[in-house]
Amino acid sequence: MDLYQELILEHSKRPHGIGLREPYSAQVHHVNPTCGDEVTLRVQLTGEGADVALSDVSYDALGCAISRASASVLHDVVVRRPIAEVLATHTAMHAMLTSRGGVAGDEKVLGDGVALAGVAKYPARVKCALLAWMALTDALAQAGSDVAVLTPPSPVTTVPTTHLEETVR
Amino acid sequence: MTSLLDVGPDLGGVSLPGAGRTAAGHAGALFGDSELARVRADVPILARTVRDGRRLVYLDSGATSQKPRSVLDAERGFYEQHNAAVHRGAHQLAEEATDAFEAARTAVAAFVGVSADEVVFTKNATEGINLVAYAMSNAATAGPGASRFVVGPGDEVVVTEMEHHANLVPWQELCRRTGATLRWLSVDDEGRLALDDLASVVTERTKVLAFTHVSNVLGTVSPVAALVARARAVGALVVLDACQSVPHLPVDLPALGVDFAAFSGHKMLGPSGVGVLWGRAELLAAMPPFLTGGSMIEVVRMESSTFAAPPQRFEAGVPMAAQAVGLHAAVDYLSALGMQRVHEHETALTHALLGGLAELPWVRVVGPTTTENRGAAVAFVVTAADGDQVHAHDVGQVLDDLGIAVRVGHHCTQPLHRRFGVAATTRASFGPYNGLDDVQALLDGLHRVRAVLG
Repeated sequence: MDLYQELILEHSKRPHGIGLREPYSAQVHHVNPTCGDEVTLRVQLTGEGADVALSDVSYDALGCAISRASASVLHDVVVRRPIAEVLATHTAMHAMLTSRGGVAGDEKVLGDGVALAGVAKYPARVKCALLAWMALTDALAQAGSDVAVLTPPSPVTTVPTTHLEETVR
Repeated sequence: MTSLLDVGPDLGGVSLPGAGRTAAGHAGALFGDSELARVRADVPILARTVRDGRRLVYLDSGATSQKPRSVLDAERGFYEQHNAAVHRGAHQLAEEATDAFEAARTAVAAFVGVSADEVVFTKNATEGINLVAYAMSNAATAGPGASRFVVGPGDEVVVTEMEHHANLVPWQELCRRTGATLRWLSVDDEGRLALDDLASVVTERTKVLAFTHVSNVLGTVSPVAALVARARAVGALVVLDACQSVPHLPVDLPALGVDFAAFSGHKMLGPSGVGVLWGRAELLAAMPPFLTGGSMIEVVRMESSTFAAPPQRFEAGVPMAAQAVGLHAAVDYLSALGMQRVHEHETALTHALLGGLAELPWVRVVGPTTTENRGAAVAFVVTAADGDQVHAHDVGQVLDDLGIAVRVGHHCTQPLHRRFGVAATTRASFGPYNGLDDVQALLDGLHRVRAVLG
């Protein structure tokens, strides 16, 4: 089946950039409440003003092949990029994943991420593929980046666990 | 791999090899081929195909069951012939609608061995459990008649580690609102409730003991008698989550000795939007309401109101009459099949599945591996050739591609999954329309999972 292309399985078995690294500007922990997938993700920002760049994304992920592969691809395509470019990549990935198959994705922007295009045809799996990406924007916002450019809001939401823990005794 | 279908064309009344009461538990007797074909023909959705023309192999009845035509016809027939707001109006339709709704109550009551006036229709089991939990917090201000429902600081509510979130979160919230303390019984490595700590966890401080009759993940049947005996000894109320038992085996609620039980219509061949809370008459009579408004009142003045007797006290608003009528048809359907036979059929399927999974060293069942005291839900994890676990979502995706519908994830039991050190499992669960061909399809599908995902 086209969902599990060799490239996706390769990324999921050996995710690029996996592991939590120091130093970092912000750390977030997101879960996918429907299946219990989790990602802890750190961003390290360097530079000033318009020159701020994402110098590293490090993460620890517990999840399905799609969510792990997506985190691996994320690392490939956003690390060492200016924030504006990171946000544009995020927008492109989000558009492809939520297109129900209508948007193929641009390999120049999304790299191996275009192999995730098949996910868009399975609505239940879109949130798996978006988990790390939603964590990334949350982490960028917490590190002080203006992520308001990222609209529309995702139709599928992952939940920062700090919020969950407040509601559970 | 030997095919389960090789054992013969008609297993009705006969049995699988090794069936009968053995060390591995009772295998049960399958429906005959013609009977199974009839049941399948009664369930229209099973005639459709999925994912490019494949036969639908529906193994997710633990989440929700598929519906016989008689249930769909009953619901439609109500709307076409009798629709009116029940318990309101004096016109003929109102009379017929009320009669149909109350006849449903009587039928559902008889199905679980209770009186009709002890049956409260709710949206689903979740609402039924919340009804009791909210009634208990309302009891603090409901006068001396409701005192036995009051909980507060120093009191304890006990659940188990294998509860569905629906029988856990409402009790966490009750404790948060009232200052009571939540405690729980643990589950052993086989997936059975550990009773060693029963006496130390369920104590004189325990006001409520809430537990599931059959685990929706492990399939474990709870030791109801032991739990009820301990609750009785300390004067605790017993609330039973019967969602995974009432649809699958004969259940006589009063004989179980519990005080309240909740189950959902949609899991027992009935429509969604209707569930049942059963409570002992004397308890319902003393219990304050949860939802308030129309239907549940006696006398309303601007300052305050008095409430109707049960069950109306707990059914505020125009109720789900068409869905109750559909549930009536569902219990008629199940009764015609015979719940003992449904149980034996599903147990035989569980036996076959557990046997098939036992031959796959790369599959680990989470829960008991025999049919002894076990329901018809089987959760498992799949390991890839490199030793890594294949995530349940990926297992489910490959199975889905073959037309096989299973549940993947935590099945609304995060603490239980944490207990077993897994984020997610794949769960197959049976209904009366399943057969050995479905079991075989799943076992074949798991080989495909290994081929695709390594």
